[in-house]
Formats: sequence, structure tokens, C-alpha cells
Amino acid sequence: MQRREFLKLSGTMLATAAAGPTLLSGCSQKRLPGSGQVTTSPTICNICFWKCAGVVYQEDGKPWKIVGNQQDLHSGGRLCTRGTGGIGAYQDADRLQTPMLRVSNKDGQYFRKASWDEALDYIAQRMRSIEQKHGNDRLALLSHGSGGDFFQTLLQGFGSYIYGHPSYAQCRGPREVGFALTYGEEVGSIDRTDMENSRCIVLIGSHIGENLHNGQVQTLSEAINKDATLITVDPRFSVAASKSKHWLPIKPGTDMALLLAWINVLINEGLYDRDYVARYTQGLEALTEHVQPFNPEWAYLETGLDPELIRTTAREMARNAPATLVHPGRHVTWYGDDTQRSRAIAILNALLGSWGCEGGFYIPEKVKLPEYPIPKPPPAKSDWKKIIQPEFPLSPSGISQSILAACSGDNAHIKGLFVYATNLPHTIPNSIDMIKQAAQDLDLMVVIDTMPAEITGYADVILPECTYLERYDEIRNVAERQPSLALRMPAFEPRYQSKPAWWIAQQLAKRLELEQYFPYQDYAEVIDWQLRQVDSSLTEMKTLGVKNFERKTAMYFREGEQIRFRTPSGKIELYSKTLEDNGYDPLPKYTPPQQPPNKFYHLNYGRAPAHTFGRTSNNPLLFELMPENAVWINPLVAKDWQINNGEYLRLQNPEGTLSNRVRVRITERIRPDSVFIVHGFGHTSKSLRLANGVGASDALLMSRVLVDPIMGGTGMRGNFVTFVRES
Amino acid sequence: MIEEILITARDNAKVDPYLNIWTWEISIYLFLGGMTAGMMIFAAWAVLAKKDDLAPFASNKLALWAPIVLSIGMTTLFLDLEHKLYVWRFYTTLQVTSPMSWGSWILILVYPVAILQVLSTLRAGYPKLAQLAERLPLVTPVLDISESQKRRIALASIPLGIGLAIYTGILLSAFSARPFWNTGILGPLFLVSGLSTAAAFVLLATRAHAEKLLFARIDIGLILVEMLLIALFIVNLTTGSEAHLNAARLILGGEFTLLFWGWFFTLGLVIPLLIEILEVRGSRLALVTLGPVLVLVGGYLLRQVMMDVGQVSTWTQYESQYDMQLLQRLER
Amino acid sequence: MPARYAMVIDTRTCIGCGDCVVACKTENNVPAGLNRDWIVEATRGRYPNLTTEFRSERCNHCSHATCVYACPTGASHYWQNTNIVLVEPGKCTGCKACIAACPYDARLIMHPQGYVDKCTFCHHRVARGQDPACVSSCPTHCMHFGDLNDANSIVSQLLDRRKSRALKPETGNQPNVFYLS
Repeated sequence: MQRREFLKLSGTMLATAAAGPTLLSGCSQKRLPGSGQVTTSPTICNICFWKCAGVVYQEDGKPWKIVGNQQDLHSGGRLCTRGTGGIGAYQDADRLQTPMLRVSNKDGQYFRKASWDEALDYIAQRMRSIEQKHGNDRLALLSHGSGGDFFQTLLQGFGSYIYGHPSYAQCRGPREVGFALTYGEEVGSIDRTDMENSRCIVLIGSHIGENLHNGQVQTLSEAINKDATLITVDPRFSVAASKSKHWLPIKPGTDMALLLAWINVLINEGLYDRDYVARYTQGLEALTEHVQPFNPEWAYLETGLDPELIRTTAREMARNAPATLVHPGRHVTWYGDDTQRSRAIAILNALLGSWGCEGGFYIPEKVKLPEYPIPKPPPAKSDWKKIIQPEFPLSPSGISQSILAACSGDNAHIKGLFVYATNLPHTIPNSIDMIKQAAQDLDLMVVIDTMPAEITGYADVILPECTYLERYDEIRNVAERQPSLALRMPAFEPRYQSKPAWWIAQQLAKRLELEQYFPYQDYAEVIDWQLRQVDSSLTEMKTLGVKNFERKTAMYFREGEQIRFRTPSGKIELYSKTLEDNGYDPLPKYTPPQQPPNKFYHLNYGRAPAHTFGRTSNNPLLFELMPENAVWINPLVAKDWQINNGEYLRLQNPEGTLSNRVRVRITERIRPDSVFIVHGFGHTSKSLRLANGVGASDALLMSRVLVDPIMGGTGMRGNFVTFVRES
Repeated sequence: MIEEILITARDNAKVDPYLNIWTWEISIYLFLGGMTAGMMIFAAWAVLAKKDDLAPFASNKLALWAPIVLSIGMTTLFLDLEHKLYVWRFYTTLQVTSPMSWGSWILILVYPVAILQVLSTLRAGYPKLAQLAERLPLVTPVLDISESQKRRIALASIPLGIGLAIYTGILLSAFSARPFWNTGILGPLFLVSGLSTAAAFVLLATRAHAEKLLFARIDIGLILVEMLLIALFIVNLTTGSEAHLNAARLILGGEFTLLFWGWFFTLGLVIPLLIEILEVRGSRLALVTLGPVLVLVGGYLLRQVMMDVGQVSTWTQYESQYDMQLLQRLER
Repeated sequence: MPARYAMVIDTRTCIGCGDCVVACKTENNVPAGLNRDWIVEATRGRYPNLTTEFRSERCNHCSHATCVYACPTGASHYWQNTNIVLVEPGKCTGCKACIAACPYDARLIMHPQGYVDKCTFCHHRVARGQDPACVSSCPTHCMHFGDLNDANSIVSQLLDRRKSRALKPETGNQPNVFYLS
């Protein structure tokens, strides 16, 4: 503060003080921010999974703000909307406060408050009883959050390896499997896209910007600043589309036809990178033959896109190659042929020579950080994947809905389920009945969360975790452009009786005589030990928050470098023998999508930058920014139905399921055959006092789940809805 | 199609969804302020023109009502302030660019003169009240001095009255941000309306037939001038920029058309004009008292219409994408 | 020469994420429901020929600030002779003349206290040589802040180099928030 302003301010203070206490309190807001006692501590944001490093500010011992850590290359030193609103997660008055136990009396079941000892004893005793009756391999973990690993350690120590995360079968799975089949490697999170150096970026249904993955948004923005060409394929005029040179308003469900046509043009016009393809790939001949029928004129009939536009965009991609990125997308469980579509994208990138090249996909690197030594868990008694998801031999991960299904029935394999930080009814489409049945049949269901999300209502025991601002977690060490380590440490004491995940898992371990897996008093010891292995320490990291390390390997392929890819052939597999051997199509095929019944519309859904799925809808700061979702309707459709802007109606799927009432937004930004809503609204938990009953839930309306036969993903974009007016 | 919407929720009090900062308190204040000005001017005119016989009420009794009416207006003005304890701040400064600052100082000048006007006519107008007052010390000499300076006081009242009335209009017209208000015609319009309402007050209050006729004639003239000014006001708006045209549309087919033309113009100007014309022509209709009542109603409606339409007329208007009622949940 | 502070926002990269809005709320502890800044989305055209623009809007800290001129008590004032418009709560009567005088509807009443509040361009940060909270939080780096009277400042350079516009310059207020296109 400058001296003059300070003097003026003092004058005001005196004047208000003289005017009496009412006046003084009346103007208490006048004090300038940051003029009190300010303290800071480092954190890693946990509002989504990008893991940006931030700095938590307190003024006079009260939470003030969170800002990006300037040293963090991972996040460009800036947090996104939700990260900035992270304080709201701590402040949320609806947080889970104490452990809760489900109890029964003659009137039915209800939850009652319990002490930690009581809740943990109960869980341990049930786990023991499951072990005795069915074996120690009958517990499963569904997790979507950074503390999940502690429970994985616990359950593995117990002997149960069954584990799934919805980010696989409900989100990124198809692209990881599709790319692994092609390149022998997954794309991984964070995405190894080199957008800041791209000359041409192709986004297919990937609405970066609305889906606010910080690094993705920042590098896309950098590409725009450098005048890269953007090509966006989306039935909706997305934010990315509005920044693009070419917007391809594709007919929903026909992306594969476009991809095949692009491959057709690249090959038939000789536009692909001959050198790259010859050196690194196999299967070009088969591919060439395969795509012959799929010319742009054929694709026009499927996609509704002008054949010339298809050719122009293909040529534009080739012109900028290899600095052309055909983005693999992130949430790609759409139509059930998603692994194959991801394969097509992988193939397209291979033809352009962008994998391993500047402006395409870089080679990520992380810090070699030793694990804290703990004993090996006991060997698995059974091969759980063969039992639970036998129809998906190529799936490298647990499939959440298969795990959930294995919780039901008399012969259910799973007898106890831990659900950590994932609100299953909003995460797995059309899963309510499965969850209800599982809750009936399981001997034990434990939900660990910070918020009273819907899933807590099905638990036997609810454990309140503290937020990321009140706990230590694993060190951030992500494979990316620039290796770095970052620290999450408590900025505040845990509110209410909430506890960190590591503590909860450790306390359970003690009760199960598994404490050898948690050999520390405080998780901070683990962090300090690990940091000391790389010449740092917890003390140092408490000041720095982030420590950047030099890369030790090249970020791109060197010119003419011979690479052995981790595929069976050692090459990039345009043609996949693995798929063929397992009875799948070795080359991607197009299946026309089912069309909506009369008076029904494609249900498109997506993200908004203000929220992370449904988990932030009750965060007061973010609720205030975006309290509800709206259904986007094209003006022509609105005219047909005589729907007005701003009115409320309900959406109904062909099976008759009705959504909450949802506000109408009439906009040209959506195709007349489609509607759009932002995912994550339509909560029904009364304990979420802000979010309850607001907006429509897309997950609830998804009666038509198109399962990917290769990796088990739940395709969600084949759903239809119609409108039901409020009478 | 242009779709321009707020995509972050904004619920700024009295700004969203449209400007609604000033309601009846300010309309009443502007109405009573104008009427006070008219009263002071007519009372002064009656004194200066020696109309004791023809206009006994205006000459001797009208002055008393000016400070009373003004005080009611000042009260509603105070009620409107959001930060009431700081009202004294008006009188720690003169902000030369602020009509409101000028206005607050004009009021400081108007009050003593209005009271002097009362004092200079009190014995003639309200002898019993004067007797009561004279029981207090010093009142008699004060009344004596005031009466002796009666003409001078009247001379001072006229410019102050005109200033007060015009200021109530300029107060609004100085807001370039509200296109509907942004015309200098509001000053004279509010002056004429103020005079008209003061005339109506006299019509209701006087028992002298001759005074009634005189003020009915005056009021007819004032209403006609007011109509002319309204015509000019509309010409001004409709020949302005896009923002002004949009503002004009609000009363020319827009949502305020009925309020403006039906209520204010017809009920508040046309009908009383016709009634007063009938009265002057000698009709002894029972509804003659209705004329001045409607003039008063019209005078208030003019300010209310101006208040409502002016605040809706704007340079920037965005529709919110959300139901702002939801934000009330934050008070859980 | 006193500074003429300006904000220059690049609509080519702005995605309308609202980070600036949340950053302002937390930095300045703005009460729930009230906003000193907000995002406007403007879509023009008919499907499929469309343009969409996002604008982070706030007080324009006008060089000819009608709100300052309308204030009867001097509560609305220019900070240290710059163009940053502030309100001194201790002088504000809550008469709302400044709210009526702002063509951008950028002012608000603080409840329950009753004085008028608004964007301050984070002058408490500017005084320390920092950017306003909104600018320094923007994940797309589409917002820039600086002194237009300094020809070398980022804002001067951007306005020299790029096509820009301010909102409703025809109000005559000489707004100082610019949008690059």
C-alpha cells in the first residue's frame, strides 16, 4: 500500500471510529485485502485430477484464497476456475462431519453418528467375517481420487486386488487401449499432447475449454496465439469450435466415418508421411485396401459434412504434419466402438507422423522417485479379472460396472466394497438399480467421501474424509513435458471429525494386523523419506511447493532414430494382429448409429469450466458461479415445440425416465437433431443443500448404454430424449 | 440472431436483472419537490402581483404548505438512502459536476426562504396559528420583519422555486447512462408539471370562485405546455442514437406504452384538461374536483413513469442464463 | 504523468471459464451473489454459420467516469489521479446516483451495509506492482493489465499491434477495458 493511501485509510478509520460502533462495523469491508497477517502454504489442487500446484493464503488465520504456484510448469503457474474456488470445498457447510453407521429398527433403516473407533471396529469385524466365510480376496475398491491408493494398499495387504476407477470405463479407457494397441503405450494422464508447438490441432468431440484441464487449455491457448489451425468436429458449436478455422458440425455418432474418410484422403492423395510410415509402422497395405470404399462422398452421406470440407481439412492436416495433432480426446466412451475409434485416431496420427514429434505427441518423463519401502502384499488367491470381466481379456484395468455387477446375486464374487471419492450413481450411467442391488447383497459397503453425495445413502458405513486442504497426500510425480515434484500439505486443521485417507486406511490396518503396510506415525514421514532420496526434503518442499527437475531423456524421436515400440511387432500397428487374434476387427470399421425416434433428440452432454462432474455442484463458490445446467435447444426445435427461452421443462428418455426440471437455453450453437446439457447436475441428496434438485442429470437418462466389446467402456452418447412440458 | 447472455451468475442488488435503484421514494420526492417549487412561485407571484383579492389563498395561505410538502419529500428521499448514517456527507462538500450535490445545497437555500415566505404571510393567512406562535418569545418581531420584507422574500422565492423544479429534472437528465432521461427537456417539463400540480393544489384548497377560475385557466395553459414539452421530449428521443431509439421504443409500443399513454398522459393530462376546460366554460359538474385530483395523480405518475422507464432504458442489457433465485440457497 | 491503467482482454483465447470472477471473489472477499466482474457470451449468426465471443466484463475505469461526476459527496473518486475509480465507504450515502450514472451497470450495493461497491482494478495489488487478481489468475493468459501512458507496457503494445474495441465507446465515458479480436 502506498503511503498516501494508507494515510487516507487511517483517516477513514478515525472518522468511522468517531461515528460510533455501528458505523465502524458498517464499513468493515473497507480494509484492503492482504493488509492483515498473511501466511501461505503449498498445496496440489484436488478439485479435478490435473493436480496443479497452488499456494493457500490465510489472512489473520482465516482462509483467504488459493492461487497458482508460479514455479509450477505443470499448471503454468495458474489455477483454473475450480482450483481458484477450491476454498469452497473446505468451507462447504454440507460436508460430512462424523462417521455414520447404518442401523435398523422396527421403522426401517437410518444412519446414526458414530465415533471413529466404533466405525472402524465395525468395518474390521465385517472384513474378518467376509474373510472367514468367503476368503480374503472378496473385497473390491472403486476409487476416483488421490487418497484411493491408501485403500488399495490396505485391501491388497488383506489379499483383495479387485480395483476399478471410473476414469477408465467411463472416460479415458478406450483411448488408452486403442493407443496401446497401436503404439504399445497409452496416452496417459496428463495427456502427452504437444499442443503448444502444434501447427494444426484436430479436436473430435473434445471440448477443451469447457472441459477445463488446465494444461490442455493453456497449451491450446498458446497454439491459438501462435496462429495454429484448429479443426473442430462437434455436433455443437463448442467453445473450441468458436476458436476454429474449420468447424465440422457432424451428425452425432458418425465420427468414425469421417476418420476413415480422412485416412482415405491421406493415403489416396499420397499425403501421409512416407518416411515415418515406412520406418515405424506396419499394416499400411491392409489399411489402404480397407479404406478404399470410404471416400469423402461416402462419408458425406453418413456425417452430413461437405466432401470438399473433408478433403480440405485432410490436406490442411497433411500440410502441417508432423506438427499436426489429431487429439485423442479424454472422455471417449461414446458409442461402444470407442476403442476402434481411438485406433482410427491413432492411425491417423501415425500417417501424419505426429507420435513422438514436435507439435504432435511428446515423450513424457517423470522423476525417478523411490517408493517408501513396505512389504509385498500376499499373492492373489484368484485371478479376479477372469472372474469379474472374462469377456474383456484385453482390458488392462478393472471395469467399474463389471465390479459393481459382481457385487450382486447369491453367488456374487464381491462381498465387501469400498467406494472412495466417486459418486457412482452420477458416474456410471444407468447404474441406480445395480447400486441398489449391490447395497442389498453386499456384506459390507464403505463409502469414504468429503460430501454427502448420493452414493453415501447406500453405504453401511460412511467415513468423512477431510478435503485436500487439510491433509498430506502422495507427492505429485507425473510423467510429462517437464519432470517435477509437488507437495500437498495441510493448510488448515481438518474441520469437524474428518480425517485424511492415509489415517483412515492405517487405522483399519491396525485393526486387521496389517500395520506393516503403514509403517509410519504420520504420512509426512513418507514424503520426507522419498524427498530425501532425490536431494530434497519436506522442509524444503514446504517452502517451495514445487521442485522442477531436468529432463534426462529426449522429448521427441530423433531424426531417423530407430525405435522399438512396445507392441508385439515392435512397430506402430496400423493393423492390429492382437485384435484379430482375439476375434475383433483388426482395422476400424464404421457402424451407422441408431437414429432417434420421432420427436426425440440426441442427448449430448459435456462439461462446464465451473464444475468437475457432480463433485463441485455444492461448492458454494462454484455453485454461485454456475448454479444450474440448462438444456440447449436449437431455435427451430423450440419453435416446433413452442418452447420459450428460460422456461423449465423435463427431459424424458424412450423408457419414460424423467429428469428434474431443467431450464431451457435456446441457442444456435446446437444442431436441430440434438440437445445438450452439462454433466454433473440433478443431485437428489437432500444433504447437498445447494445442489439438491437443481438441473437435469444426464447419467439418469442414459438407458441405452453401448458397451465397448474390447475394453468394456460404457458408451453414453447413443441416448435420446424428448421434452415434457411443465403443466 | 444475436444471443448475448451472462454465463456467470450475477445478482447485484437493484442492478440485476434490470436497474431498480429508485422506486416510489424518489418519485414522491421529485413530485413533491416540483410541487413545492410551484407553490413557492405562485405564492410569490400572488404577492408581487398584488392578487390578494382575486387569489386570497395563493396570496396568504399557500406559502405555509410549501415547507410541509417539501419536508415530506425530504423524508422519502432520506428513506431511499442505503447508507443513511452518512447522510451528513452531502453537506461536507460541493461537487460541481454532480446535480445531486447542487440539489442538496439548493434545498438548504430553499428551506429558509420557504419558511420566510410562511412567516411573511402567516398573520394574513392563518391568524389563529400566528397568535399561537406569538406566545413564544421573539416570534412577533420575526413576523414583523418578515412582513416588512414580504416583497423581497417573494422576489427571492421565484428563482429558487424555478431552480428547485428544474433541478429535479436535471437530476435525471444528467445521467447519460440512461438514454430515456438524457434530455434537457426534463428540466422545463418538471418545472411546468410542478407549477401545474401547485395550481391543482390551489384549486382543491381555495374556496374563492374567482381564484378557482383563475387557477383553472392557468392550469389549462400549463397542461398544454406540458403536452408540448412531452411532444418535444419524444421528438428528441426518436431522433437520437440507437440507445435513445431503444429507450423511446419502451413507450412507443414497448412494455411501458400503456403506463405512459394510458395512465400518465390520458388520465393525468388529457382528462383533467377536459374537466378544467368544462369548468372554465361554466359547467357545474360534480366532477370538477376530480380535475385537480387527476392533475396531482398525473404529476406523480410523470415521475413514476420517468423513474421506471428510465431505469430500464440502458446501454447494456444481458439476460442471465440462470435462475437467480437459486442463489438464495447460499444463505442455508 | 499519472498512469492510465487499462485492461486488454484477448477474445481469441478467452474461453469464458469464469476464473477471473472467482479470483475476484476470493481476493476481495465479495459477498455471495454480488459480483464485481462477470462473463458475457455473445453468439451471432445462424446454425451452422456462427461466431461466439466471450467477454470478461467489469468496471471500465473510464477516463471520463460519469459515476465520479454524479457522486454528490466525493465518495466516488479517482485513485491517486489515475483513472482507477474507487468508492470511499465513509463518504458514501447510498444515494445510488453513481449506479444510475454507469452505462455498464458495473456498480453494486453492499448489503447489509449499504454503501456502493465496485471493481477496484485491485488497486491494493497495483500499488505493489502486481496485476489485478482476475488478470493474474486467467488460465489462458488472455487478460493483460498495464499503463497506457507507458508506450512500452504490454497493454500499449497490444493495442498498437492488434485490432481492438472497447464496450460502447459512444457513451463518451472513454472506457479503459479493451477487447482484442
